[in-house]
Amino acid sequence: MSRTGTTRAPFDPAALFKALFLATIAVFVLVPLLATVLGGFKSLGELRVNPFGLPQHWEWQNYADILFSARYWQLLRNSLIISALAVTLTLIVASMAAFAFAHVRFYGSSMLLSYLTLGLLFPAATAVLPLFIKVRDLGLLDTYFGVALPQVAFSLAMSVLLLRRFFKDIPYELLEAALVDGCSYIKFFRYVTLPLSRPILATVGTITFVNSWNAYLLPLVMLNTDALYPWPLGIMVYQGEYSSEWHLILAFITLTILPTVILFLLAQKHIVAGLTAGAVKG
Amino acid sequence: MTVARRIASSPAIGVAEAPFAPIAVRGPRWDGRFTVLILFLPPALLLFTLFVVLPIGEAAWYSAFNWNGFGRPTNWIGLDNYRFVLETRAFWLALRNNGLIIAVSLAIQLPLALALALMLAERFRGAVALRMLFFMPYILAEIATGLIFSFVYDGDYGLVASIWRTFGAEPPHLLASTDTAMLAVLIVIVWKYFGFHMMLFIAALQGLDKSLVEAACIDGATRTQTLRHVVIPLLYPTIRLSVFFAIIGSLQLFDLVMPLTRGGPADSSNTMVSFLYNNGISRMRVGYGSAIGVILFVICVTFAFTYKRWFMRDE
Repeated sequence: MSRTGTTRAPFDPAALFKALFLATIAVFVLVPLLATVLGGFKSLGELRVNPFGLPQHWEWQNYADILFSARYWQLLRNSLIISALAVTLTLIVASMAAFAFAHVRFYGSSMLLSYLTLGLLFPAATAVLPLFIKVRDLGLLDTYFGVALPQVAFSLAMSVLLLRRFFKDIPYELLEAALVDGCSYIKFFRYVTLPLSRPILATVGTITFVNSWNAYLLPLVMLNTDALYPWPLGIMVYQGEYSSEWHLILAFITLTILPTVILFLLAQKHIVAGLTAGAVKG
Repeated sequence: MTVARRIASSPAIGVAEAPFAPIAVRGPRWDGRFTVLILFLPPALLLFTLFVVLPIGEAAWYSAFNWNGFGRPTNWIGLDNYRFVLETRAFWLALRNNGLIIAVSLAIQLPLALALALMLAERFRGAVALRMLFFMPYILAEIATGLIFSFVYDGDYGLVASIWRTFGAEPPHLLASTDTAMLAVLIVIVWKYFGFHMMLFIAALQGLDKSLVEAACIDGATRTQTLRHVVIPLLYPTIRLSVFFAIIGSLQLFDLVMPLTRGGPADSSNTMVSFLYNNGISRMRVGYGSAIGVILFVICVTFAFTYKRWFMRDE
């Protein structure tokens, strides 16, 4: 791609324009985020006159009250349980299916695979009413599984496709040699395929986790008890209760997006790879 | 003996056809393959069928009833639910809003993402940090994003209000007016999603064959010419993919709208899914809501197939 020349001109108008453009966009992205974090440190009165700047009085109390409340931790716990269920089940179920599709030739294989990929074509919202009735009839309404199982089902299509593509690249000779040595397919899956596939498992796990952690519609429909709410539902309830006490709401928002931001900084590579490789739902 | 066992067992199994089997080591492989198939496939197929395929079929069935979800559906009304949906003004508003979202994505978001990608695909100090910063909104939950911006737009405490006040003007309540609510939502959509498209383009740019660009340089092409005639054409597959994501994303947009406007005021900022939620789910009108779902399903699938056929034939 374009290389800036070897001699660096101090006043390159193109470079100046570029820097200004990037700075504008950076401000556009950063200001709402910073105002949210800082807003949590202000009193309501100060927020009204000074929403942009640094707080004159750092009100640590706003954050402390939330951090020491059982409510905040309960929301995170619920979200974590649901996401962990979704990630674990997706990884197990999808990698098994992907293994069968990648390494076993059987009649109807491509037909079954296209059947699964139908899931890429439409969002969960289209069938959410019948899904609600199905979950209710299964007795899973108001349980973690009632949210996690449909999430797994809807993430299967993408997960199986990504995993299968990766599994197929594992040299066939490896499987052949293992089988000659008396290793079974299942042992091969457990001791060769899975360990070799850590990067793609991490990617699929990350996509599923982020989708499940951030999900709103499915938990909204499937859960009725406050005690089971994941954080996106909880924060909406919180906002309803403290409708215009923005300093508290902003502190609450900051603390609930904190885990996502930390995870993002820790696992950037997998998140970017995963979400750009497989973000049909986005 | 192994052959005999295979012959004996194959009619009963019926799934695994022999002609595909490689010739070496038959016995253990045969058993292994069968076990894999009966153990590894059913969980995925079962979950997928139960929670994805059946509900779509049932939506089509329920949409022919006037039903509140309790007991069995008995009140058959044929296609009336579809007629009711199509006669609702809010449905057409929602459809128009989805169209607007797509238009803004194509006209503003994608060019912005492409321009940023071209700038940030080069290596310079801070490039990676900027990429991460621009990608950050995409990983935030839509609910959190919506709440952050309902603060930004708030007429009393928000950032917009404060800017208005410095100029001595009466702060507007952007989200509370039918004229501006959808506009405000559109800005948030650009804020949240341009980074995702930018990352798609950066990934594509990094995978480009550098020799083509170098060849253009040697042949004396200017930077603009290289960009227009070499780089952008090489990006067409990614642009098509990006457009696809933008359209599918618009059709399922919901979480972002709820904290901002809940689709209001007066249905002016509903999307298809928030319309479905407000009119079908929150009132448990199963038949009516299913009809909306089926319409959305048909739109998504028709779009996906036509788009794939017309624009993504080679992928």
